[in-house]
Amino acid sequence: MLLFLALPTLIAVGTGFVGADGGFTLDTVAALGDPVVLAAFGSSIWLSALTAVIGAIVGALVCYALIGAPADGALRSTIDSLSSVLAQFGGVMLAFAFVATIGIQGMITVLLRDSFGIDIYADGVWLYELPGLVLPYIYFQVPLMVITFMPALVSLKTTWAEANATLGGTARSYWLRIALPVLAPSFLGSLLLLFANAFSSYATAAALTSQGSQIVPLQIRSALTSETMLGRENLAGALALGMILVMAVVMTGYSVLQSRAARWQR
Amino acid sequence: MPTTRTLAATIAATAIVALTLTGCSGAADASGTAGAVDAATATDVSAFGDLAGLEAAANEEGALNVIALPRDWANYGAVLDLFAEKYPEITITEAAPDGSSAEEIQAAENLAGQDTAPDVFDLGLAVALSSTDQFAPYQVAGWSDIPDALKEESGLFVGDYGGYMAVGYDPDAVPAPKELSDLLGDEYKGKVAINGDPTQAGAAFAAVGMAAVQNDGSVDDFQAGIDFFSELNAAGNFVKIDPTPATIASGETPVVFDWDYLNVGYGTQLEGERNWEVVVFPGTGYAGYYNQAINKDAPHPAAARLWQEFLYSDDAQNLWLAGGARPVLAEAMAAAGTIDTDLFDALPVVPDETVVPTADQSEAAATLLGEKWAAAVQ
Repeated sequence: MLLFLALPTLIAVGTGFVGADGGFTLDTVAALGDPVVLAAFGSSIWLSALTAVIGAIVGALVCYALIGAPADGALRSTIDSLSSVLAQFGGVMLAFAFVATIGIQGMITVLLRDSFGIDIYADGVWLYELPGLVLPYIYFQVPLMVITFMPALVSLKTTWAEANATLGGTARSYWLRIALPVLAPSFLGSLLLLFANAFSSYATAAALTSQGSQIVPLQIRSALTSETMLGRENLAGALALGMILVMAVVMTGYSVLQSRAARWQR
Repeated sequence: MPTTRTLAATIAATAIVALTLTGCSGAADASGTAGAVDAATATDVSAFGDLAGLEAAANEEGALNVIALPRDWANYGAVLDLFAEKYPEITITEAAPDGSSAEEIQAAENLAGQDTAPDVFDLGLAVALSSTDQFAPYQVAGWSDIPDALKEESGLFVGDYGGYMAVGYDPDAVPAPKELSDLLGDEYKGKVAINGDPTQAGAAFAAVGMAAVQNDGSVDDFQAGIDFFSELNAAGNFVKIDPTPATIASGETPVVFDWDYLNVGYGTQLEGERNWEVVVFPGTGYAGYYNQAINKDAPHPAAARLWQEFLYSDDAQNLWLAGGARPVLAEAMAAAGTIDTDLFDALPVVPDETVVPTADQSEAAATLLGEKWAAAVQ
């Protein structure tokens, strides 16, 4: 398992330090400071952060609405299985779904334009640009949040609410003093997971936007496969190194928060 | 990670494949000797005696690996089918039809010594120029008829088919563009796409080159082309999805910058669904040829050479023409009367002046695009 996961990572990182002549060099890693690369990291990070926050909040609200439903009822099990499926519904399928619905000739676009006179692309076609990725990303972020956050909400014990009520507490004090502090590590942990999920996502963006390689995974593709800018294969290694660093920070945060959250879920 | 194919997984898989494959190299028989002839070192057909000798040697190998040949690209589907029909004893394996030129060379390096390695390449000029140590020199029978500017002198790579950078458009959706600057108009809002990203794909690179020479720039300086697309973007006319026959059919991309032969191909493919016109802007035209080369580690060296002879035969050259591309032997065939004149005359009118960037100009333009493109179209 270690070999399976660690070795490719080491090779990917290693190529970042190998020059075109095969010797050791820091030049490719220094290329991480290139304005284009920095902009790509910036875009990747804000896109991931934005969709993670929106996904986490919406997902948490869905979970909250669901705990009212019986745990083994039809609604809960339907949403559970739907979320498991939709959380994996990224990539080309998702991109195509968006092109078909809100593309320039998409069903909803045409309906809005012809029936209501609203042109969602009056200022240019944003779906195929960086902001256009936000909507598709949220589409797989929310279900992932539901899957990861639901167990935490379920583990809120009813006895805590009763204790709060017995001691004269209000609903407000229950949420502020008990539920939110207990849920915070889980919520933040899930948020980080969502961030990592969006950060490493590649296929949806690759299928939707073809210009400028605005996020880091697309920059890596460009460095590996470009037929116009040659000899940059090692830059891909350096970019992967940058991504791994960001992911390492995020995943460390995630595991710290998880160990805190686990205390309340026993 | 729950997002289909994450990049890390792809890299991991590639690394593992590379590792396991290098472990068992040598299993494949790469010598490919047919009779007394060492096909791998043959530099023209005389090494086999004559074409029949080459055919016999290739039939004995019984297989040909091609890579990155999309069947809807310049009529490659018909070319492959004709080869299969002519040489039924040779099984063609088509790998990664949508791969890039750079990926062809990577595949050859990663699979070196395997019998699945590509035998032949079809490459854009930039990759051909930078990968000459991966090629085996070979001169086809019609070698002397190929213009000098379109071949590497020892036969390491040879131009085969090409055309002009053109604009394809749907006449039912947009007015016919007469010149480049027309595309900045309001009628083209959210309608203009390029086939790929110019920092990655040769065709898109040429689109910026064409915009440069049409926009008072030159092949020495692509900045004018970048400026044009930047303006196009600011006007809200630039659509950044990768155009395909599907996006054209759905009306998602009613105006597409692409090679004239590819644009003509879209029209043929969508006949009955969409009208598709192709225009090469007057003034200076930007031309480009794709090149053929043989892998020096080809697992089927004789079949690889037979493929080259076949591609430069009159039949195959006329198939390029049928796909809307200009075959490299067009002039010689016109003189010999072997060209399909109906098709030849139907090609879009050639502009007054034609430019093809040199290797140095390409490299300078690529560097410039790498720095400027992402920001220019954001």
